[in-house]
Amino acid sequence: MTTDSKALRPWSGDRAPADWGLGDGQAVPWEYAPAPESRDVVTLKPRYGLFIDGREVQASDGGIFRSVNPATEEVIAEVAKATTADVDRAVRAARRAQKTRWGSLPGKERAKYLFRIARILQERSREFAVLETMDSGKPIKESRDVDVPLAANHFWYYAGWADKLDYAFPGRVAKPLGVAAQVIPWNFPLLMLAWKIAPALAAGNTVVLKPASTTPLTALLFAEVCQQADLPAGVVNIVPGPSDIGMHLVSHPDVDKVAFTGSTGVGKLIHKAIAGTDKALTLELGGKAANIVFEDAALDQAVEGIVNGIYFNQGEVCCAGSRLLVQESIQGPLIEKLKDRLSTIRVGDPLDKNTDVGAINSKAQLEKITELVAAGVAEGAELYQPACDLPERGYFFRPTLFTNVAQSHRIAQEEIFGPVLSVLTFRTPDEAVEKANNTPYGLSAGVWTEKGSRILWMVRKMKAGVVWANTFNRFDPTSPFGGYKESGFGREGGMQGLHAYVRLEDR
Amino acid sequence: MAVPKRPSKASAAAKAGVAKTGAVARAVRARVEPAAARIDVRKTWKLYIGGAFPRSESGRSYVVSASDGTPYANAVRASRKDLRDAVRAARGAFHPWADRTAMNRGQILYRVAELMEGRRDQFEAEVALAEGLRADRAREVVARAIDRWVWYAGWADKIAQVLGSSNPVASDYFNFTIPEATGVVGIVAPESSSLLGLISRLAPPLVAGNSVVVLASETRPLPAVSLTEVLATSDVPGGVINVLTGRKHELVPVLAAHEDVDALDVWGVPDDLRTAVELSAADSVKRVARRPKGVADARFDWLDDRASERPEWIAAYLEMKTVWHPIGV
Repeated sequence: MTTDSKALRPWSGDRAPADWGLGDGQAVPWEYAPAPESRDVVTLKPRYGLFIDGREVQASDGGIFRSVNPATEEVIAEVAKATTADVDRAVRAARRAQKTRWGSLPGKERAKYLFRIARILQERSREFAVLETMDSGKPIKESRDVDVPLAANHFWYYAGWADKLDYAFPGRVAKPLGVAAQVIPWNFPLLMLAWKIAPALAAGNTVVLKPASTTPLTALLFAEVCQQADLPAGVVNIVPGPSDIGMHLVSHPDVDKVAFTGSTGVGKLIHKAIAGTDKALTLELGGKAANIVFEDAALDQAVEGIVNGIYFNQGEVCCAGSRLLVQESIQGPLIEKLKDRLSTIRVGDPLDKNTDVGAINSKAQLEKITELVAAGVAEGAELYQPACDLPERGYFFRPTLFTNVAQSHRIAQEEIFGPVLSVLTFRTPDEAVEKANNTPYGLSAGVWTEKGSRILWMVRKMKAGVVWANTFNRFDPTSPFGGYKESGFGREGGMQGLHAYVRLEDR
Repeated sequence: MAVPKRPSKASAAAKAGVAKTGAVARAVRARVEPAAARIDVRKTWKLYIGGAFPRSESGRSYVVSASDGTPYANAVRASRKDLRDAVRAARGAFHPWADRTAMNRGQILYRVAELMEGRRDQFEAEVALAEGLRADRAREVVARAIDRWVWYAGWADKIAQVLGSSNPVASDYFNFTIPEATGVVGIVAPESSSLLGLISRLAPPLVAGNSVVVLASETRPLPAVSLTEVLATSDVPGGVINVLTGRKHELVPVLAAHEDVDALDVWGVPDDLRTAVELSAADSVKRVARRPKGVADARFDWLDDRASERPEWIAAYLEMKTVWHPIGV
């Protein structure tokens, strides 16, 4: 940080002093000293295998792919690339384990394994956080404070359900479905693994999980946790590979349950792949959430919430608040404050403890974001980006704000999955509802107002599975998460999240 | 028009103790050869869309036969256009229905049971004729159908308390989850059980606050049509329940592909259509409510209360909405 006296001048009024240049596309007039998190808690293996039947094995054809650190573009590890034969072996192992051991193990005993896993995740939390950041590009602040603790808590929460299923489904007996095939995305690699594996195991299922091909490493480190916990062989199997391996896995005839988190397009393909079968299905798909700010909202809090809503995890969040709906009367001051705030967002090295926005997960994703932002400009929306420096290497994108956006613009319709906010306006609550619901998606929404009755009125009107009032992007293992409409079906988290993994029989 | 022959159904009726000289034959004779003293006034069997009783815009019909194969009525053969009209009516009726208080919805559905009770004789005769049941069995089936309305109607103001929750999050927020109706539900009714099966599948989405488009049993459609006459005089608003008769192979694919249908009950979908239906449903991420694994429509025992009275069947047409509200001064 510089010792420039201007930097020490207190804020006066609602806006920064003009000579700071904030909000005018200028960079902040000071620098942050680097505060890198140490990498030495992670021992990268040169090569990671598949995890099948309790053991690390290489792919049947010896194939590998490389996992890249998106912040540096360096290859950080080689990973075995599962073949269809490997997937078949994993499903066989899962079936055997479900039949001979896990399915008949009393809930009390299953619970203890899940508690062990939660504890080991806590014990190795920093290692997981650093590896997650290296593999995915997300800021260490987020992997350390959000992803890893939430993942551990998820196992903890569902551990306690394993021997209490009768209380979750009054009047019924909950039986496991069998073998679950689970395919997860790259934006929250370990957390999505926890969301999938914890309820499945608690209910007595065994799993074969395919992590995303750009972020396989924490899943493979999790395999080590399973071994440390002495989890019976075959209960958890992990098969990294490309998307056709995922499709082979979900279509496998000996799979009873399919759970997918990812894009709506792929979700539809997966539903089609299992059409006509008896496989149970839950889908957690895309979103285009409205974050709605009424004129009576606490503006400074709302600005923080908007920033958290769209720039958290580089905007690579299915429930990101990517459409800001602001009441017309406060559009001016709100946008001004937002632009000021954007200038102070720190973009850069994800391992730096001060970084707010890290690297975009992959080159392909960066290209998609770039293309959609170009479309926004071409369609006539007004672009604003703060003048922050980006690292020379790696996949980075400036936090971006579009004003003058029409509902028909691609940036208001399509899921960008990047740090790009589209601002629209409204005059009345009815208009806000209509615009908020004007999307095929229905995953989440935000409402900012000081009036409690209006919050609950908006809650009732909005087609969204999660509504955050005067906050955004909060998650908790006890809190069900999932979408309306084309954002998918089924819930993850909470008592409701168990339902996806059980068959209910008469008592 | 050719009379469809279904030897298997006729033999099933024979096994159930229904002879050609039995109840079915008598009932059919009463329809086709009325007593000479008075020429009876026959009913035109219609569709039920948006609270009105249109015939098909296509002007088509098909012959409906009793369980022993004797033809006795022309049912409307609804067209794709009729189906789209029904979906539009259902969409228009959805929000007002879902926004009613839960207790009010429960009372309105209970009222349907009250009205059916007054028409038991009619339903018993029609179910006996359609399904080839002896009078005592038909009486049991209709009584159970009415009781099932009552059972489901009572859930209207309770299901949120059983399936919803307040969630103890590890931060300063009040967090709660409430179920809400999914929207417009397409119901492909069971083929074998014309009234009891239909009501067992119809009541769950309704009590949850959804509006529905029903494709009635193709071979036994008439009790469903009589049910619409009850609905029209009940307090269920027009458009909340829409009932079509016709050919499943013609209508089911259109229903499954309709973008404004949010969920689909595939219980009565013919086996050869099942995969195609799910392929279509996937295109708009429809919720698909299937028969339980290994359960065949024809062998399902609708009289078994444990099997057919299930809160899970209501839950299939509910979306869980979770709300985070901060706690602070």
